[in-house]
Amino acid sequence: MDAPKTLHELSLPSWPHRHLVDLEHLSPQEILTLLRTADQLKQLTGGCREKLSILAGRTCANLFFENSTRTRNSFSLAAKRLGADTVEFSSGGSSVAKGETFVDTAKTIQAMGVDWVVTRHQTPGTPHLLSRELDVCVINAGDGPHEHPTQGLLDILTILEHRVDCRDQGPSWRDTSTDASQVLRGMTVALVGDIAHSRTARSNLWGLHKLGAHVIVCGPPTLVSPRWEELGFEVAYRLDDILGRCDVLNLLRIQFERQSTRPFPSVHEYAALYAMNGARMKRAKSDILIQAPGPINRGVEITPDVADGPHSVILEQVTNGIAVRMAALSLTAWADVTFRDANSDGSAAVMEAAS
Amino acid sequence: MSDLLIEKGRVIDPASSTDHIADVLIREGRIVEIGHAIEVASRDTLRCIDATNCIVAPGLVDLAAEFREPGHESDETMASGSAAALAGGYTTVLCCSSTDPKMDSAASVQLVRQLADDVNGVRVHPIACLSKQRRGEQMAELGILAQAGAVAFSDSPRPMPSDALLKRALDYCRMFDLPIFDRPEVPGLAEGGVMHNGCVGLRLGLRGLPTEAEDLAVARDVRLAEATSGRLHIGPVSTMGAIDMIGRVKERGIQITASVCPHNLTGSDVDLCSFDSRFKVHPPLRSPRHVDAVRQALAAGVIDAVESGHMPRAWEKKSNDLDQAPFGAATLETTLSIMVTDLINPVELTWSRAIECLSTAPATIAGINGGRLQVGQPADVVVIDPSATWTVNADQFASQCRSSPADGRTLTGRATHTIVGGHVKFSRQP
Repeated sequence: MDAPKTLHELSLPSWPHRHLVDLEHLSPQEILTLLRTADQLKQLTGGCREKLSILAGRTCANLFFENSTRTRNSFSLAAKRLGADTVEFSSGGSSVAKGETFVDTAKTIQAMGVDWVVTRHQTPGTPHLLSRELDVCVINAGDGPHEHPTQGLLDILTILEHRVDCRDQGPSWRDTSTDASQVLRGMTVALVGDIAHSRTARSNLWGLHKLGAHVIVCGPPTLVSPRWEELGFEVAYRLDDILGRCDVLNLLRIQFERQSTRPFPSVHEYAALYAMNGARMKRAKSDILIQAPGPINRGVEITPDVADGPHSVILEQVTNGIAVRMAALSLTAWADVTFRDANSDGSAAVMEAAS
Repeated sequence: MSDLLIEKGRVIDPASSTDHIADVLIREGRIVEIGHAIEVASRDTLRCIDATNCIVAPGLVDLAAEFREPGHESDETMASGSAAALAGGYTTVLCCSSTDPKMDSAASVQLVRQLADDVNGVRVHPIACLSKQRRGEQMAELGILAQAGAVAFSDSPRPMPSDALLKRALDYCRMFDLPIFDRPEVPGLAEGGVMHNGCVGLRLGLRGLPTEAEDLAVARDVRLAEATSGRLHIGPVSTMGAIDMIGRVKERGIQITASVCPHNLTGSDVDLCSFDSRFKVHPPLRSPRHVDAVRQALAAGVIDAVESGHMPRAWEKKSNDLDQAPFGAATLETTLSIMVTDLINPVELTWSRAIECLSTAPATIAGINGGRLQVGQPADVVVIDPSATWTVNADQFASQCRSSPADGRTLTGRATHTIVGGHVKFSRQP
């Protein structure tokens, strides 16, 4: 098969969302569409390594108000793999310090002629604010403790590749006729650690839940609200109680920078209660998957032998990060083409088709 | 000054249990007659207002609005705040001490009164600082502030962090017979909070303002009021826990009063799902069961009054992310309509009780003349068209603040005439 040269040639399914701000408001089918597109692009780029030109001529702006290495580079690489240009803005709050509001900074960048704003900010809701204020695609790369949709997607893509693909029976998630809400039926996934301050947790929760997984949130009560039960999730305070039931453990980093109070007495005590170590691995299912969104605190939530062991898929998650970000960029661009088509005389779509 | 005759309106005066169709005659700034088909000798110098199908009530009294002049004129000025109050049917406003300079000296209190006199709109009574520089450490010169014209003391909208200072001030204030207002919140439990601490906040990942931060402060407040016999007003309250405690101590005969803001009677934390800063208000929009409890408490009289909670903030401050955007909204122009739309029309509140909450009770709590529609009283009167329907557009507010949780809502009931001391200071053509 020849590599597609334009978005049209990629034959994407219809996609209504110009922005990707959260997973909570996407349908199971939409989440699966994102994952299938990621899978498709991963294969077309030889495992996220080769370049396509389907987004050539477009520019992706990374607007990061918080420190980030992997997510920002992952978005940059994803854009470049698809032929788009990238431009980096990392203000680290400095524009606010100079008196410019967040929205003004974003509008300045929009005026430079970009097609996407990929944004990370310490405050929940900032991508939603930008999606109202800007006329470009907005992708949330993490808004405080709220959501980090591409992280949730890459975690789920990794689970699908490892577990669902290996299942002897049942429908394939790649089959478009499969009921999206049943794709992860029978899987138990535990998110362990700082649920309160984790955007990764929230995006995983909604994504996993919508695809049919049983999701457990586990951690000290000061970081795991009992209200999660009201929202349909199992709440556990002792990792050892649930360990034997889990197909996947996602070990979240303790967000020291977000904690205004001390939710547990010491890192030492936290590690004793929640760290995934060799001893706990022996009590886990023999095919358990160990995930971590990173950056990992070795010795806190995960010991080195587990992080580097055969059950760990931490580095595959990083590769899949590029795949889901390529999907996010492509689908939002595709929605943008449709949107501009509907809001103009159709010249945008014509230009797209001609390019 | 020509005489003013308000004809054929439904006159409601909760203080005298009046509720009937009558005319109201105003002469030289006072109400001189209330009765059926008042005969006036000469109609030449008479101004008439046809109040057929309208409510005629004592002008509304607000317990705590921020008029940000001097010091924060980009948020609100005395003129814009006064215009907003009059458009909302208010004839008297108690204004908060959050000016700059803060109202902790006789000069600053006199300055605010002077500014209000110059504007010559709504009646303005200063609430002076309870603590020096509103720092919550040392008592302000309450006696001197009282002489300068303060009618109450409070650091509100900032809560009072010091138990000892609040107790001392309640005790000390008894010699002036002036009330202290406390906005109940334990700061340590609410630090960095943006919204109600509930299921919605959990989903959104926004830092919470837990109900116990309010409950604990109310518990402290009622105990200190009991211990000192000082005059304490607690408000605004928003939680079931606060209401429960206030109800119980009132049953025991402790003299405290409480108020609620309109947004806590109608909106809920679900509104924050839009991440729109116009819903970042104080007290926070609570979950629906708290809202229901507050509404019932207002109808039952556990909560005495409705205060506007008018906290105007400039658009450039509000149009920011939810951490950066300050709490606050323009509410003076929507409070009455929200009461009509959400409480009176659904028959949760009678008109008489609503007017009591918005006028009679606040005047009593503040210890000021007003809130009564009776012969001999100053003619502070509002005429309300209970069936006027309008859609809130914050861009058209008289207030400088463009942020309102009610923006875009279609509401019923609106002031058509606001009369202060016999002068028609505001009228709206239908």
